[in-house]
Amino acid sequence: MHCDRVILMATTEEVKKLAALARIKVEDAQLEKFTSEFDAIIAYIGQLETLDISRPGEGEKPMLRNVMREDGSPHEASTHTKKLTEQFPAREGDALSVKQIITHD
Amino acid sequence: MKKPNEMTIEEAARALRARELTVRELWDACAAAAHTKNPELNAFLEIFDADDVAIDAAQIRIDTEKDAAPLLCGIPLAIKDNILIEGKVASAASKMLENYRATYDATVIKKLKEAGALFLGRTNMDEFAMGSSTEHSAYGPTKNPLDTSRVPGGSSGGSAAAVAAHLCIAALGSDTGGSIREPAAFTGLTGLKPTYGAVSRSGLIALGSSLDQIGPLTKTVEDTRILYDAIRGIDVLDSTTIPDGLYPARTTSKQLRIGVPRHLLNEGVDADVLAAFNVTLAKLESAGHALVDVALPTSSHALAAYYVIMPAEVSTNLARLDGMRYGHASRGTTLLDDYITSRTEGFGEETLRRILLGTFVLSSGYIDAYYRKADAARAVLRREYDNAFETCDVIAFPTTPSPAFAFGEKSDPLAMYLGDIFTVTANLTGMPALSVSMGTVTRDDTELPVGIHFTAPHQAEEILFTIGQAVSNSQ
Repeated sequence: MHCDRVILMATTEEVKKLAALARIKVEDAQLEKFTSEFDAIIAYIGQLETLDISRPGEGEKPMLRNVMREDGSPHEASTHTKKLTEQFPAREGDALSVKQIITHD
Repeated sequence: MKKPNEMTIEEAARALRARELTVRELWDACAAAAHTKNPELNAFLEIFDADDVAIDAAQIRIDTEKDAAPLLCGIPLAIKDNILIEGKVASAASKMLENYRATYDATVIKKLKEAGALFLGRTNMDEFAMGSSTEHSAYGPTKNPLDTSRVPGGSSGGSAAAVAAHLCIAALGSDTGGSIREPAAFTGLTGLKPTYGAVSRSGLIALGSSLDQIGPLTKTVEDTRILYDAIRGIDVLDSTTIPDGLYPARTTSKQLRIGVPRHLLNEGVDADVLAAFNVTLAKLESAGHALVDVALPTSSHALAAYYVIMPAEVSTNLARLDGMRYGHASRGTTLLDDYITSRTEGFGEETLRRILLGTFVLSSGYIDAYYRKADAARAVLRREYDNAFETCDVIAFPTTPSPAFAFGEKSDPLAMYLGDIFTVTANLTGMPALSVSMGTVTRDDTELPVGIHFTAPHQAEEILFTIGQAVSNSQ
């Protein structure tokens, strides 16, 4: 499975950018090893580039059926409120307490 | 009489109705075995206390309804830790959900409760179902009962180990790329990934929403059929579930045509695994079935397509785990810190890797080359299989290239992914697939089970059960 053309050589900078997008952090100590493993995986999945799909999806008739439910309330209000709010890390009544989202500095 | 915990569902159901065994005795036998062996095997993350109300109710039901009582009434089952049982912790073997208590029953759990089944405990797994060995659990690996220096497979490794070690009668797992079938193969069990949509995913912690299915891990093919029948069905809570008869019914003769894609087996399979496969095929021929050559040219790209599509769906599905409303909640200086720290602390390395992979293949500049291409490849794979099924009823190959490997042997992530090479296609096409034991091979003087894998057309699970039973009969 040799890729004739390498689409991406993952760098630690690129991994950091992806991590920021995904709201996670790869610790600096792990970054090198992580990036090289990541790069090997990307090289492997890059073989898809060599796959010739000349007319993707032609002749495919998807079996469509309507799975929308009727509009309306699926259950009585407050049925699940207690169970859900019990697991909030911090709360005020039935409201989840979080940091201020918009600051006015 | 056999030891109760060593019985199959069929045997236990018969013994209960013949009054050779009570529900309480069956539970106690399984619970005792579980408590004794779990410290070594780590198959269970939690063994539940006996639910006396449920045990008594099951006994009454068997006494009054007898043969009319569902076969699963009173049967202790192990449930993978990513299937929600209301009030119990469902952690998907992660730190992120370490203390998360399910606020509702998964539909499969609801159905099993209605059948009178009992739940022995929640089983270990690779964290968020990402892995093929159960080494990625946040709570330590599970050992293969047949050789404790080896993995039981994954991600449903705990469920497989629990059944193989007779700590329960049967178990539920989930399968996104082989996570029921591969552990079944590694532990000598039968495992089924149903047709996509046959079993509701409501209450299954999602990994890849277009790939996931819940399915049985059992000691026999008949047990798999019994458990599958109990959990299947269209569900209003999961609009990807399908009605019976959605796909055209397949009529087959008694002689099944078994398609073998020889071109996929020329390399990459251990010689003795391939030999066992060929021996099994020969036995099936002797039993009256026919072997047919089939070509599945795009299958060589299936693994790459899978490792694009699955991480993409993972990165989306795990975005809900943000440390806000439930689960691991770390607090820093800013709101962004809260998200980043909660997620980074709550997720293990493999989970972080797949989230990043998914983020990458969906990102602008790469989405066409990776995600959209993989999606197109998926459609081609499905078409190839549909075409193959015009000349055969079922397609066969070994479940895995090798038997259960040693702990730490596949520490390179890509090496781990490559083990999925035969199982992922059934998830990509949505077709039902079964792994059943086809004997053993020897490694380091130990006999290790290997599995034969069958794929059938959509909604043709019956063909799988027939051919699976034929394999079992020939052993």
